[in-house]
Amino acid sequence: MELTLKHISYSYNPDAKEPKYAVKDVSFTIREGEFCALIGHTGSGKSTLVQFLNGLMRPTEGLVLFNGENIFEKKYPLKTLRQKVGLVFQYPEHQLFEETVLKDICYGPKNMGLGKEEQIDSARRAMALVGLPESYEEKSPFELSGGEKRRVAIAGVLAMNPECLILDEPTAGLDPAGRDDILGTVRELSDKENIAVVLVSHSMDDVAVYAERLLVMNSGELVYDDTPRNVFRHYKELEKMGLSAPQVTYIAHELKKRGLDIDENVMTIAEAKAEILRIFKK
Amino acid sequence: MIRDITIGQYYDTDSVIHRLDPRVKLAFTLLYIISLFIGHGPVCYAYAAAFLVLVIVLSKVPVRFMVKGLRGMLVILIISALFNVFLVQGEIIFRWWIFSISKEGVRTAVLMVVRLVFLVIGSSLMTLTTTPNDLTDGLERSLRFLKVIRIPVHEIAMMMSIALRFIPILIEEVNKIMKAQIARGADFESGGLVKKAKAMVPLLIPLFVSAFRRASDLALAMEARCYHGGEGRTKLHPLTYQKRDFLAYAVLLLYFGGMIAMAAVLP
Ligand SMILES: Nc1ncnc2c1ncn2[C@@H]1O[C@H](COP(=O)(O)OP(=O)(O)OP(=O)(O)O)[C@@H](O)[C@H]1O
Ligand SMILES: [Mg+2]
Repeated sequence: MELTLKHISYSYNPDAKEPKYAVKDVSFTIREGEFCALIGHTGSGKSTLVQFLNGLMRPTEGLVLFNGENIFEKKYPLKTLRQKVGLVFQYPEHQLFEETVLKDICYGPKNMGLGKEEQIDSARRAMALVGLPESYEEKSPFELSGGEKRRVAIAGVLAMNPECLILDEPTAGLDPAGRDDILGTVRELSDKENIAVVLVSHSMDDVAVYAERLLVMNSGELVYDDTPRNVFRHYKELEKMGLSAPQVTYIAHELKKRGLDIDENVMTIAEAKAEILRIFKK
Repeated sequence: MIRDITIGQYYDTDSVIHRLDPRVKLAFTLLYIISLFIGHGPVCYAYAAAFLVLVIVLSKVPVRFMVKGLRGMLVILIISALFNVFLVQGEIIFRWWIFSISKEGVRTAVLMVVRLVFLVIGSSLMTLTTTPNDLTDGLERSLRFLKVIRIPVHEIAMMMSIALRFIPILIEEVNKIMKAQIARGADFESGGLVKKAKAMVPLLIPLFVSAFRRASDLALAMEARCYHGGEGRTKLHPLTYQKRDFLAYAVLLLYFGGMIAMAAVLP
């Protein structure tokens, strides 16, 4: 699997005298099994950008290639693409509609034309993947908690067996435990099932823990595309964009300034802990 | 913020007509429609046309926006024209098989179409130059006398403005849900009527759920801010007449008087 954006630009008002671009000349490629995070200030164009990846929106300029094929070609089977590139929107719980959780998760597989048995099989598998116990199958999706609804919605997309999973702020409005749960699940999916993941997020701390690659957007442009550690070296520039490095990185920088011989590029609490213990053991 | 959100027809620009009090514009619409029914014959309609052109020029709204409103009426216009042309009896000027066209028929058809066109343009002028919020304000003020016969004017106006306020939100919501379901392989376009109707279920249920949630949130928020209906409620921007409004009333009455006089004098 390979999903490529080539010089994508998009404006919500292309006919205006001064079109304002929500996305400006963005190019990158997502490869098999990769865990990417897409981060950026509010209104930087993240939600707009991810909708090009499965052909929900057509860019004003530029190409989207899936395994080398232009997805906006006339005869291109967009439905198949949307099965392979699963997109979970911001607040996905608002899209639930069926009487029971199981039926709702079956909606995607049903649209793919699977038989009844297969639908239920993929739905059960997806429920297990997101950690929903079997006892939830017959519950109404409307009587679940926010975090549980979110899991059902994510399972609804996973049930289609995507090769690439895009999540637009899957943790918005969840408590820390729910957040770690969902992100841990996604990380596991990417490791075990070799699904490529694009995670849209606001939290540098989460991104530092989970992502292998970090894409940073600033007012529609892609400014960084690198490993999180390399991106966080530019923490001064990130601050100018209304972003920041993870909190431990700041602490490490401060400790270094005060004369401690610490690696200032630590990103996660685990790394920082190891580093500090190393210093004190010396 | 809320006052800036516009829906439907409103054409945002700054003109004399836009600045008029909504009550004046309501009166204009009402009197203009009545005048179209009082008047008869080409002279009266030429007079009505002149007045309409004057208002359109003053309003600075491009003519193509007026015509837009007519497009939806096209079928009705054609049907009513055809009925008149073929069915009105009189001096026959053309005959073919069982169809016959009379001079009076053509005349009535033309006048009828002109009248309908003026009617639509005249009333769309009001919605083009008045924000929905001003419109409901104006309606509430103008219809206040109905309270005497126990019609809850304020409540109806409040309901109207809330409904108007929610239209853009719901449209956005529909878009969002639609995209989310398409991402799950939904197909809203192909198939017959039954299949299409069935495909709407995954769209409509979340939409209703969200509309009810929003409605109950709003009710709670209003109550938390001590909303208790129209009794003793004052306005942040009360409608007050300016000099230009009285002037507009004068011009309007002049036009209306002129139309009555013309209709009486002309055969
Ligand atoms: N439907 C729309 N119509 C017009 N402009 C829009 C629309 N949706 C988004 N925009 C504009 O496009 C830009 C990018 O919006 P987008 O939703 O992609 O941002 P985002 O990075 O996802 O923000 P957030 O983190 O708040 O979700 C914003 O400036 C926004 O104002
Ligand atoms: Mg967003």
